[in-house]
Formats: sequence, structure tokens, C-alpha cells
Amino acid sequence: MVSPILFWIIAAITVIPALSLLFARKAVHIAMSIVLVMVGLAAAYVALDAPFLGVVQIVVYTGAVMMLFLFVLMLVGVDQREDLKETITAQRWIAFFAAGGLGAFLVSLITRVSIPVAEEGAVGDPEPIAILLFEKYVLVIEVLGFVLITAAVGALVLTHVPRLKPRRTQVEVQRDRVRTGSDPVNKVFPGVYARHNALDIPALDPEGKPIEASVSRVLKIRNQVQDGAEFRAQLEDPSRKEDDR
Amino acid sequence: MDPVNFVILASILFAIGSAAVLLRRNAIVAFMGVELMLNAANLALVAFARIHGEIDGQVMAFFVMVVAAAEVVVGLAIIIAVFRARQTISLDEPAELKG
Repeated sequence: MVSPILFWIIAAITVIPALSLLFARKAVHIAMSIVLVMVGLAAAYVALDAPFLGVVQIVVYTGAVMMLFLFVLMLVGVDQREDLKETITAQRWIAFFAAGGLGAFLVSLITRVSIPVAEEGAVGDPEPIAILLFEKYVLVIEVLGFVLITAAVGALVLTHVPRLKPRRTQVEVQRDRVRTGSDPVNKVFPGVYARHNALDIPALDPEGKPIEASVSRVLKIRNQVQDGAEFRAQLEDPSRKEDDR
Repeated sequence: MDPVNFVILASILFAIGSAAVLLRRNAIVAFMGVELMLNAANLALVAFARIHGEIDGQVMAFFVMVVAAAEVVVGLAIIIAVFRARQTISLDEPAELKG
């Protein structure tokens, strides 16, 4: 028999994080709460004499499936906003009513029946499960092998993007640079005045004029570029340097 | 404590998962709702296996896990394919596809 304290702990760490599926805003928070749900379910399996399945649950669900979800979340961008306009009117209330009705229906049905509980059942250790898997259910295992292979190939096919244009080699890139008249070599690095973090200062060309393109575009957007005028003035007129001090 | 309580817990989790599928318009979140429903079914299977004192139910739950893993791989690949084509993972966007 399962101890009531364990049951209530499991119930708390499965139902409460699962509710984030309905109420949380950020998808990453939801994914992490579902990880907690999976861990709670693994504890439930161990409590229900299924230690092998508990371990598999941790490995497969928290280790693989939910991390795959997180990968995809990062791939499509975590800041994907959920549009709040409803295509179907009152979809929210229909959904709550339907799901709540389903839950109430299932719970009322289950509380009505009484099944005698086996006192000393078989424990789901790896060995008896392996024997059952490869004797009674060996055909199912083979079919599942096909399913897994098909799924893997399907995922590869679905995410494969054919190359539309031929790959540009380094020679072609270089030729295009020269043809368009842009810098044939690397971009000029920003200024190197040792006054402060000098990535925000444009480099000076041989005539002493700042080269605007040498500063990162990001700093320009943020308005964090120094024009170097102060430093140029110091170079031209060394006496000002002493005045500053 | 009676293992039937775990079946009740499973049906509550199933209801939450189905509400998420009906409610959320972010494809990944709706997909997590599907995962929760599959896990609730697994919990019910394991609880019934305990009630009957046999491990066949656990093997069934194991099969469900395998199928769920395959389903996640294909489903997430579809989500990525849709995202590449439309730059969105909202479930309402593809409704524009109809004539």
C-alpha cells in the first residue's frame, strides 16, 4: 500500500505545476513545470511497484522529451507572443467547461467503482518486464521498432531544407568584394585609444578622419558611439592634455 | 492508501492536459498538453497494474512512452517546418489556409 503522505506529495507536485499549462505566460516556465510533473509521475511509478518505469520516465521524459521541447522553444524564439484574440468566440469558457466536465465525469465514475486491490503483486523490476516484453509482446516491440525508425526518418525529412543556390566558395566571396569596391580585406577594427573600452570609437584613417564603418552597428543603434573628437583634439594640440589635468 | 486514488489523480491531470490543448494557441504549449494527457494515461495504466498485481499494465505504459517519444519527434519537426514557412507557431494562423 502507498503511504498517504507520499500520495499527497505526489499529487501536489503533479497537479500544481500542471496548472501552469493553463495559466503561465512564458513557454519556458511551462516547460520547466512540466519537467516537475514528470518527476512527480516517476515518483508515483516507483510508489506503485514500477521502479523500472520510474527510471524510464525520468530518462525519457525529463531527460529527452522535455529537453527537446526546450530546444525547439529556443529555436523558434522564446519571445513568441501568444495572440490573445479568440478565433472562436468564448473559446476560453468552452474549453474550461469541456475539460472540467471531462474531469468531473472521470472522477465521479472512478470514485463509484471499487476494485479489490491485490495484496502482494508482481514488482516491475527490469528482469520480469524484459521477459514479458520479449516473450509475450515481442511482436509489439518489433512494430514499435518500425515506428521509431519511421519517426526518425520523418523528422529528418520534415526539417530538411534543400539547398536552393550553389554554395559560395571563399574565392567567389573575395571576387565579389573586389567587384563591388568594398574593402578587399577585413573590416577595419574600431579605435584603440587606451582611454576606456575603445570598441565604441571609430578608427582613424591615415588622414586622421574617423572611419564610421569600423564601429559595430549595434553600438550605433544604441547611440553609444564616440566620435573621437576629444581625442583628435588632444593629438593635434598637446597643451590641452595638460589643461585637463 | 488505495492505488485507485492514483487513477483519480490521472484523470485530473488528463483534464488539465485537455484544457491546455483546447485553450492555448501556442503550438508548443498545446503539444505539452498532449504530453500531459499521455502521461496521465500512463499513470492510470501503472495504477491498474498495481491494483491487479500484474506487470502487463506497466509494459503497456512502456509502449505508450515509446509511441509518445516518436510522436514528439515528428510533432516538433512539423512545428519547426511550419515556423520556417510562416514565422509563427500560433495554432490559429494556419486557419488562413482555408479557401
